Amino acid sequence: MTTEIRPTVSAGLPVAPKPLPRRFRQASWDEPIIFELSVPGARGVLPPATEPGITALVGDPAAELPDGIRRTAPPALPELSQLHVVRHYDRLSQENLGVDLNIDVGQGTCTMKYSPKVNDRLVGSAKLADTHPAQDPSTVQGTLEIMWRLERFLAEISGMERVSLQPASGSSAIWANVSMIRAWHESRGEGLSAPRDRRRDEVITTIFSHPSNAAAAKVAGFKVITLYPDADGYPDLEALRAAVGPRTAALLITNPEDTGIFNPRIEEFVRVVHEAGGLCSYDQANANGILGITRARDAGFDLCHFNIHKTFSTPHACGGPGAGAVGVAPDLVPFLPSPTIERDADGRLWLDHDRPQSIGKVRPWYGITPNLVRAYAWVMSMGAEGLREVAEIAVLNNNYLMAKVLEIRGVAAPYATGKRRIEQVRYSWDELSGETGVHSEDIGYRAADFGTHYWTSHHPYVVPEPMTLEPTEAYSKADLDEYAAILAEIAREAYEEPETVLSAPHRSAIHRIDHEPLDDPDRWAVTWRAYRRKHTGGA
Amino acid sequence: MTDGPRPHPYIPNAVPAIKAAMLAAVGASSVEDFYADIPASIRLKRPLDLPAAIESEAELVRHVERLLARNTSTREALSFLGAGCYDHHVPAVCDEINGRAEFLTAYAGEPYEDHGRFQALFEYESMMGELLERDVVNVPTYDGFQAAATAVRMAARITGRRLALLPATMSADKRSKIVDYVRPDVDVELLPFDRSTGTLDTAALRARLAEVGADVACVLVENPTFLGTVEMNGPEIVRLAHEAGALAVVSVDPSTLGVLAPPSTWGADIDCGDIQPLGIHQHFGGGHGGFIASADDPTVVMEYPSRLFGIAPTSVPGEYGFGDVAYERTSFAVREDGKEWVGTAAALWGITAGVYLALMGPHGMRELGETCMARARYAMTRLAAIPGVRIPFRSTPHAKEFVVDLTGTGRTVAEVSGRLRERGIFLGFDLSREQPSLGQSVLVAVTEVHAQADLDRLAAELEEAVR
Repeated sequence: MTTEIRPTVSAGLPVAPKPLPRRFRQASWDEPIIFELSVPGARGVLPPATEPGITALVGDPAAELPDGIRRTAPPALPELSQLHVVRHYDRLSQENLGVDLNIDVGQGTCTMKYSPKVNDRLVGSAKLADTHPAQDPSTVQGTLEIMWRLERFLAEISGMERVSLQPASGSSAIWANVSMIRAWHESRGEGLSAPRDRRRDEVITTIFSHPSNAAAAKVAGFKVITLYPDADGYPDLEALRAAVGPRTAALLITNPEDTGIFNPRIEEFVRVVHEAGGLCSYDQANANGILGITRARDAGFDLCHFNIHKTFSTPHACGGPGAGAVGVAPDLVPFLPSPTIERDADGRLWLDHDRPQSIGKVRPWYGITPNLVRAYAWVMSMGAEGLREVAEIAVLNNNYLMAKVLEIRGVAAPYATGKRRIEQVRYSWDELSGETGVHSEDIGYRAADFGTHYWTSHHPYVVPEPMTLEPTEAYSKADLDEYAAILAEIAREAYEEPETVLSAPHRSAIHRIDHEPLDDPDRWAVTWRAYRRKHTGGA
Repeated sequence: MTDGPRPHPYIPNAVPAIKAAMLAAVGASSVEDFYADIPASIRLKRPLDLPAAIESEAELVRHVERLLARNTSTREALSFLGAGCYDHHVPAVCDEINGRAEFLTAYAGEPYEDHGRFQALFEYESMMGELLERDVVNVPTYDGFQAAATAVRMAARITGRRLALLPATMSADKRSKIVDYVRPDVDVELLPFDRSTGTLDTAALRARLAEVGADVACVLVENPTFLGTVEMNGPEIVRLAHEAGALAVVSVDPSTLGVLAPPSTWGADIDCGDIQPLGIHQHFGGGHGGFIASADDPTVVMEYPSRLFGIAPTSVPGEYGFGDVAYERTSFAVREDGKEWVGTAAALWGITAGVYLALMGPHGMRELGETCMARARYAMTRLAAIPGVRIPFRSTPHAKEFVVDLTGTGRTVAEVSGRLRERGIFLGFDLSREQPSLGQSVLVAVTEVHAQADLDRLAAELEEAVR
């Protein structure tokens, strides 16, 4: 039984419970650029001094370097004592939010779930952090075992034959898949170097799939065809039928797409592409709502990828390191990045570099190992039932939040009206914007005043004035209520006092930025030295 | 005892009463309602075949620690493995800052709620800018391989040419990445190295440029080379590239730049490399981040795929704000019409490398470079005295890593490494597979963490092992 606590007001005493939205105020340290903190002569950490016995034998080799090869003046780095480095960065950290601090449902498509602390502790062990990737496999059997098992978990979750954990991130995994697609067609005499009439040089994707699908395909040498949604928000099957042909190399598609709408004709999409001789690659960035519900291979896909830092809980780290995994059907196994992890008859794990059809390296060594170990620990903490519960609660949270958000004036969830969504929704503030002049970006700036993050969508804005929310399984009902209350308050302000929103943020670390210099080569400054040169006369 | 399964600690709404209330609030009879769009034909009709969950944190820790206990770390063994991933000391402050939840658990925030990461990454760019003497440095890409591959593509776009000349000393893995990444737009050719110096054969470069110079987008060299030698002809290589109308791209180890001249002083056009040596653990190869740097020339800047965080004014005079410079070049803005792509890469390692450079300062970086050079030279001198052991490029300066040729001992690298491993030493990276012309050679990396006593021990144990 839960007891409802009613607000009580007594003279001079606080109101309970606290009203929403909260009166957040971010730390605002007005912190100088680190160079401004420099004190000549100060030191933050001392490297070991060269022992006299070494100098006695070899002298000072650096001093013997010729002009042009030897650095003549030390780099003009700042000089700080250790406390002052720590304090500077701790202050900057206080001007940053993360999942641990805010209700991070506002970064849709990115699955901002909780990253368990215990997993951070585990990967901090010297047994992992201080191991070298070229150690003899006999000395790293523990890590190889974890990676080998994680590969099998992901193969089971996707239905694929084999998995590689080498990619550095989601986009890096997309690249690995595009590169395998290119190599596969090449191996059949239908690659980019084949004669014109046999060449498969077109990749099809959808506008609600991540931009890296289109961009990576272009880098690989393919022409990109982008499908738009039909009136119901589903990828347009007729447009796909019109697009495929003898030049089709592959379909790169997300499902559910970034609208949170699952494409019910996905098998038909796959069949159409297969009949044309193309491969189908599944961008599973949005897998969080379908773990244990449906699998890539069961829908006929030849390749897929996971974002380990999204679905599998590893921290997003201000934009990486993340980790990626690619899974493939049997025919594509020979093309996977090298090396693969293999187990011999004695149960010992080793690395197979001798794979002539492999696309080779996607990145150095074998993968973002700390995040792979975190992901392993997370799956082990879940099991099959837990993963399914992750999916179901993520989807329940999303539909619950959608109902709350749609009560707010001026917001809509375009497409598939009245239907449920999977794990996220791309909303539109078009109505509010038209009525108030407040844009989605402004709402985001104002959301910072309430201690939350908010994101619009990738470009182009197919959904006008977009907002993409993905509540994952990590947030409580109270969290979702609070986030909806914040949006409701901002919408109220937009209608009643729009200037409050248009001039936001007010309680953030900083105030509204003038972005113009950032697009002007004469004024932009990517480093402090460029800033001083352009704006302070080199001082 | 509680009845029924215990709610998972990472899933707050798994509490049955809450779940029921939320279902009721949206008028759903069960979660099945939400999956109505997924056809029965592709629904998984059985539970996933995964190991049983380890419910308690205590048991999970034991489970994972037992697996990791099978590893031997480079804290336990004396390791001279490098080859692009280095055992430099990681200051405690680096781990402290990158472990802070505000940074660790944030992602793609706007400059308002995430001002901190924008400033920390701008400062990273700025400190790398001082190390490299460059006005433009990117927010890190994945790793040094990607940085080099992208630098080659940038050079091809800028010059409109489609041939890249790479050193044959480059690691096979890095070459594999570059070749896969730049095809079909750029062809890659390898330039031989001088067998006596272990640096690029400039005569061969000159000859090749005379033949195909007009097609060459860039000459890419590494400093130090993968073989550990300092590229003594760097300035001349840059000059030759420019004479052919090509760009000069230099992949450089930033940990050496306290003593080595940055490529910008040679006149190089684009620098690239890996920041792992700057305060990031080896992480079994999972600690890499890539930098790309150049002059502040809009022609070059507009070819970066990465995010570039710039400083900008706010509505409050004197307040610093930050944002994306020339965002319209990115795939975030214009999908396939952008420059390559941008996405989650290695931002936290960038912040970490910034912390490292702030801790080390100008003198720390100089001392680091000096002591690594001296220790490497000491180790080379000691090992060269072992019968049958040869240091092939000994007359060339080395920054921290060097080739040891064991051919004269009659033993293979694998054999000798195996013997040393039993004595608690990881000798180095076996080159015999990818540089067969060097015979039974191994790449040995020495950093500031190796004391004189460690190097003496290496010499003594190697002498035993090759007998």
